[in-house]
Amino acid sequence: MIPAIPFISFLLVGLVIRPLSGKLAGIVATTAVFVTAALAYTLGWEYFHMYPPGGDHPAVVPWSMEWLRYMDILTVKVGVLVDGISVLLMVVVSTVSALVHLYSIGYMKGDPGYGRFFTYLNLFTFSMLGLVVAPNIVQMYVCWELVGVSSFLLIGFYYQKPSAVSASKKAFIVTRFADLGFLIGILILGYNGYHLFGQVSQSIAPAAAALGGGALQVFDFAFLTHPATLAAVTAGGTGLLTAAMILVFCGAAGKSAMFPLHIWLPDAMEGPTPVSALIHAATMVVAGVYLVARLFPAFAFSVDALLVVAYVGAFTSLFAATIALTQDDIKRVLAFSTLSQLGYMMLALGVASMAHPLGYTASMFHLFTHAFFKALLFLGAGAMIHAVHSNEIWDMGGLAKKMPITHITFLIATLAISGIFPLAGFFSKDEILAAAMGNHHWIIFGLGMLVAGMTAFYMFRIYFVSFWGKARSEGASHAHEAPVTMWLPLAILAVLSVVAGFVPMADFVHIGAPMDHHGVNLAVALPASLLAFIGIGMAWFFYGSQNDRAAKLATSMGAGYRVIKQKFYIDELYLFVTHKIIFRYISRPIAWFDRHIVDGVMNLSGWSTRALGSALSFLQTGQIQAYAVWFVAGALFVLLIAWSAML
Amino acid sequence: MMEFLATHTPGVMHWLVLSAVLFSIGLYGLLTRRNAVGILLSVELMLNSAAFNFVVFNKFVVPATVDGELMAIFVIAVAAAEVVVGMAIFVALFRYRNTIDVNRMNLMKN
Repeated sequence: MIPAIPFISFLLVGLVIRPLSGKLAGIVATTAVFVTAALAYTLGWEYFHMYPPGGDHPAVVPWSMEWLRYMDILTVKVGVLVDGISVLLMVVVSTVSALVHLYSIGYMKGDPGYGRFFTYLNLFTFSMLGLVVAPNIVQMYVCWELVGVSSFLLIGFYYQKPSAVSASKKAFIVTRFADLGFLIGILILGYNGYHLFGQVSQSIAPAAAALGGGALQVFDFAFLTHPATLAAVTAGGTGLLTAAMILVFCGAAGKSAMFPLHIWLPDAMEGPTPVSALIHAATMVVAGVYLVARLFPAFAFSVDALLVVAYVGAFTSLFAATIALTQDDIKRVLAFSTLSQLGYMMLALGVASMAHPLGYTASMFHLFTHAFFKALLFLGAGAMIHAVHSNEIWDMGGLAKKMPITHITFLIATLAISGIFPLAGFFSKDEILAAAMGNHHWIIFGLGMLVAGMTAFYMFRIYFVSFWGKARSEGASHAHEAPVTMWLPLAILAVLSVVAGFVPMADFVHIGAPMDHHGVNLAVALPASLLAFIGIGMAWFFYGSQNDRAAKLATSMGAGYRVIKQKFYIDELYLFVTHKIIFRYISRPIAWFDRHIVDGVMNLSGWSTRALGSALSFLQTGQIQAYAVWFVAGALFVLLIAWSAML
Repeated sequence: MMEFLATHTPGVMHWLVLSAVLFSIGLYGLLTRRNAVGILLSVELMLNSAAFNFVVFNKFVVPATVDGELMAIFVIAVAAAEVVVGMAIFVALFRYRNTIDVNRMNLMKN
């Protein structure tokens, strides 16, 4: 039901309403998503009534339908899986999507592609919900690709801008390339699962069938993550499982923009700001994190894969935070901030294990809170861009008085992301750091702390530059507050950013061994908050007033600063590798081969037939007597053969 | 000489060889004559040789009946009809091409 509504709305809006009336499209689309959100809340309520918090949360499959059938045990089903994390994500996705829809009514007003925008937003919501509720890995993959397509359509929304078009192509190609790894991982898992299905299914099938969804299938998550299956797969050593999990993580890394597949996310800011809020802050980029969480038992069985996840996440976090310090475009700063926070989520999953699963809960918790305050940041930035008509923070200034609501909500979000008590970010970030410390990953813990400080610094950098001081440009001096449809979502998200921290997530989302929720772990909270305050202080020092201490520091750092500002030249590196190396040494020979040899064979067969034809054309004299001669000769030949056979 | 001729009357093989020779002459003419009417004449020769064959078999295999001779009369009738059709075609052809030289009838060339 829940994914179906946006899908129907998508079809309705796209095919019927859009040509008729632009405004109606927006209203229908938004109401559809609000209805979906309401349904998600109801579902969450019911589920957590059935399985009260603090207890066990099995996965229920209330609806599933057969889609493809290869054999009795190899069937792909389409269905809905309900458990702790899927309910969580359904709530998050539908809420943020509904608010973004509402915001877009104001933001996209007057744009010629208004109806088209809402069509794509609905498509995206449907795909994301389909991904979240997938009961087996194939449906997840299908929706994964659909989400990629929606993202492509939305990033390239301003299709007349060449930079937008190339950004959307880049996003799609990078994530598609990552999905290759994902697909291979799926195939390995499926292949091994299929072989082991016979011996394992006896033990788990009854329990799985009791929860609904019919007979167990090879690709179901219930099968893939069951300890019996995993034990059977790793009976001959964990190498194969590790390889499969790392490949699956490749897919997650591409979608969640881990280093080195992060290059598409900053450029994806070419899309309209509501798109950035929805897709690249709250929902699509967390698909990768969700995938790892879904397959967490499989990851946990192979410790190496989990370490890879943790270190990649930590590195991305640090890398992105460093670059965010130098960017001037507000959306780019937010994009790198998202990368950094995603790194946190990944590393939280990476440091967890079945015995100490705090990281799992912490990651989901951070996903939950991050969705709210990052969406708020993006939407607020959108309001600012809308008012000032420029993306650069150096064009803004003094907006605090002119846009009070935006100012307050943006400040709340910035405090939240810096991890200041009692806002949401404080709780979730500290849980992640506590998880790292609890499992003795000291390097990761240190990196996490460092990045927390840097986060506070760069977020307050943009806050101070944009909102304090005097207006720095024409646009800023004429800024005005956003219309209701735009500041209402901001306000709602601000409230959520404040209260979301108080949700006792561990009661809702956990896996593996039960753990006691310690409340606030002071050993972690105090140093983290201290670092955050230091970060804020430094930002105030550099940017609080109209001074050029920052500019002086930048020039004194010279080349180092330039390198970081250019995002470590990673994009240029990619271009170099693809153009000079792959295109020249691999693509060109292959193209040559295709043109000259493959086509050549075809052309040769055609040419040779023609040549033979023209060579033999002299036989066609048009004179009957010549043909009669051939006829008689043939007849004689046949008679001779018959006569000799007779003899 | 008269005694030789009296005692050595032609047997069935001799007559069949004669029929074959006539057929071959007709065939050769069919393949080599330039004049369309000449080709028709050759075809007539071939038909007549076939009829002749029928008569020979009639005489030597079933002399009691006249089936073979009857067949020969049929052949002659059919040949006559065919000549009529052929001449009609040649006359029409001559009207358009002003010649009935078959070597010049090569519109289907290549």
